[in-house]
Amino acid sequence: MGMPPGASGRDQVLASVRRALGRKGEAPEPEAVTARLARPQQNTIPMRAQLQQPELTELFLSMAADAQATVVRLPSRERVPAAVADFCREHGLSAQAVIAPASPLADLDWSTGGVAVETRAVRSGDPVALATAAAGIAETGTLALLSGPENPVTGNFLPDNHLVVLEERDLLGTPEDLWAMLRERGLPLPRTVNWITGPSRSGDIEMTMLMGAHGPIRLHILFVDAGSGA
Amino acid sequence: MTLATQSRNFPEQVRVARADGNLQQALGRLKFGLTLMRGAAVDRLPEFERLRDEAAAIRDHTLTHLDHYLLRFEQAVTERGGHVHFAVDAESANAIILEICREAGARKVTKGKSMVTEEIELNEHLAAHGIECLETDLGEYIVQLRRERPSHIVAPAIHVLKSQVADAFAEHHGEAPPGGRDEAASLMAEARAVIRRHFLEADVGITGANFAIAETGTTVIVTNEGNGDLTQSLPKVHIAVTGIEKVVPTLEDASTLIRLLSRSATGQEAAVYNTFSTGPRRAEDPDGPEAFHVVLVDNGRSSMLGSEFQEMLRCIRCGACLNHCPVYGQVGGQAYGSVYPGPMGAVLTPSLAGIDAAGHLPNASTFCGACEAVCPVRIPLPKMMRHWREREFESGLAPRTQRLGLGIWRFAARRPRLYRTLAAAGARLLRIAGGRRGYLRRLPLGRGWTAWRDLPAPAGETFHAAWRRRRHER
Repeated sequence: MGMPPGASGRDQVLASVRRALGRKGEAPEPEAVTARLARPQQNTIPMRAQLQQPELTELFLSMAADAQATVVRLPSRERVPAAVADFCREHGLSAQAVIAPASPLADLDWSTGGVAVETRAVRSGDPVALATAAAGIAETGTLALLSGPENPVTGNFLPDNHLVVLEERDLLGTPEDLWAMLRERGLPLPRTVNWITGPSRSGDIEMTMLMGAHGPIRLHILFVDAGSGA
Repeated sequence: MTLATQSRNFPEQVRVARADGNLQQALGRLKFGLTLMRGAAVDRLPEFERLRDEAAAIRDHTLTHLDHYLLRFEQAVTERGGHVHFAVDAESANAIILEICREAGARKVTKGKSMVTEEIELNEHLAAHGIECLETDLGEYIVQLRRERPSHIVAPAIHVLKSQVADAFAEHHGEAPPGGRDEAASLMAEARAVIRRHFLEADVGITGANFAIAETGTTVIVTNEGNGDLTQSLPKVHIAVTGIEKVVPTLEDASTLIRLLSRSATGQEAAVYNTFSTGPRRAEDPDGPEAFHVVLVDNGRSSMLGSEFQEMLRCIRCGACLNHCPVYGQVGGQAYGSVYPGPMGAVLTPSLAGIDAAGHLPNASTFCGACEAVCPVRIPLPKMMRHWREREFESGLAPRTQRLGLGIWRFAARRPRLYRTLAAAGARLLRIAGGRRGYLRRLPLGRGWTAWRDLPAPAGETFHAAWRRRRHER
């Protein structure tokens, strides 16, 4: 098809695309493409998520609950260990949890809550692991977690119960707000950006939706919220 | 090699599907599950129609500049330490993936759900070269154990009953676990335990990509189970396989499409896991893959660009057109003989496999238009099926009786007086035959219709006659 013998797959695919688009060989990048990538624009943003506090928190909490996540509101980070203890008790789990060694959560005072904390990588079958969300997305009740030493990505999927701390000041309206925040921090993106909305599930057996397909069976959000008054 | 199909046997496969009680029972669930949930999700988002317009525009823009966006995507992936491979067809895609697996010394590969790897029959290719390739999406896993192809692009095992899942597990896993195999929950727990071991043992993880973002060199997967994440995060190599048309310009554009995807597919506000992967793990990362490869597959897609089928490349594989299609709802996915069934498959399969292999599929439509009405990227599916019907006829592939019938009709239609006379006589005759019931149970030459349903008899007057009378009355 007009390609020299031995042309690479890359050259062949690009040549076919160009031919189909009616181009004569390689063309300089059009301004429409350059501009779109240089200055990314938002498309329509649902009104639902264009809110101020306290409505933003209310939306996040109700959307997360609709997605079968459970949420507890805490007045400060210092209350996290006690909340983890409560969670373990409520679900009949022994009071132990895994935290990544580099996670700031490891610096909390775990001596009082009665939870035995191990600072190491999460392993398959660990009952409880903790993580920190970089942001919450109120539109859909979603947590955004960024991979890195503080939140190793496999820790989001290997434990049976995933407990995630989210600070109210990190609550955003939409995914677009998250991208704006990350751009401000400076790209490139971390290896993995996870949006997590509720616990793992599958409807693949007779369309019955069941929790805990491959990832965590429960997602419990520890929402640190000075306004909670608790 | 392009897309392999068994679509030539469509009429026979339809008869089998209609007579399959298990399948009919399974398909009955479709109507009251996914379609209702989609409707409710759309009602909750007042901006849905505007988002559909924007989504179609994003796709059209990207396709118009696809060569440039592919280059930008490649550049961004490479800058972040990943590798992009372009595959002309299924054969070269399989060869590229096999080579990466061999270089990694892989013996076991886990897979997230990916329609493109179904299209290129990757599992069979790797198995033939001694590499075990294991599906990990629960539905795909069930289908793989049953040695079948998926019957739905989102819910691959929608045709399988719970008892059949239990049978497949008994055959492959041996003795039942303590929970037994009667409940869906215990079956899922059993699969979770078995597949978890495979995740931990795999040398390479292969996923699809719902989107490939040119701005950042990021691939995106949208899932509910978390299997795709375990697939791509635990092994030392992650390969994302997707079609060249999956490129989108920016993170914002991907976000708009994701809003439509989960609502259209399952009626969820958001899928449980939307995962954005950029390059391999970083120096400071304690986990994640050491190598990141993206395989961009053409396999016939570029030939759709600039043709009357270009809009089909907007497709985001949500499955809404399958869920709302009365034909799919009657026969299920496997009758289509293609991994792409339903309305989207009726357009895409002939595009990728050729009209001679898949000519029946564009005919498997009542043209009710439900597919186009729900398509999140407004693909004019009925119009495209009509294009395929034309091409089928023009290339002489239509059956002889159909060509003869159309020939007779054309002869008459070009002679208005003859046409009116014949039509008036026919309409009167049919009305008499319909009698007081007003419908016909049997019709000569019309068994294709009357074997399954009655034919409503015409009112006795032709449209032409009625039109003239009404104009006269006014």
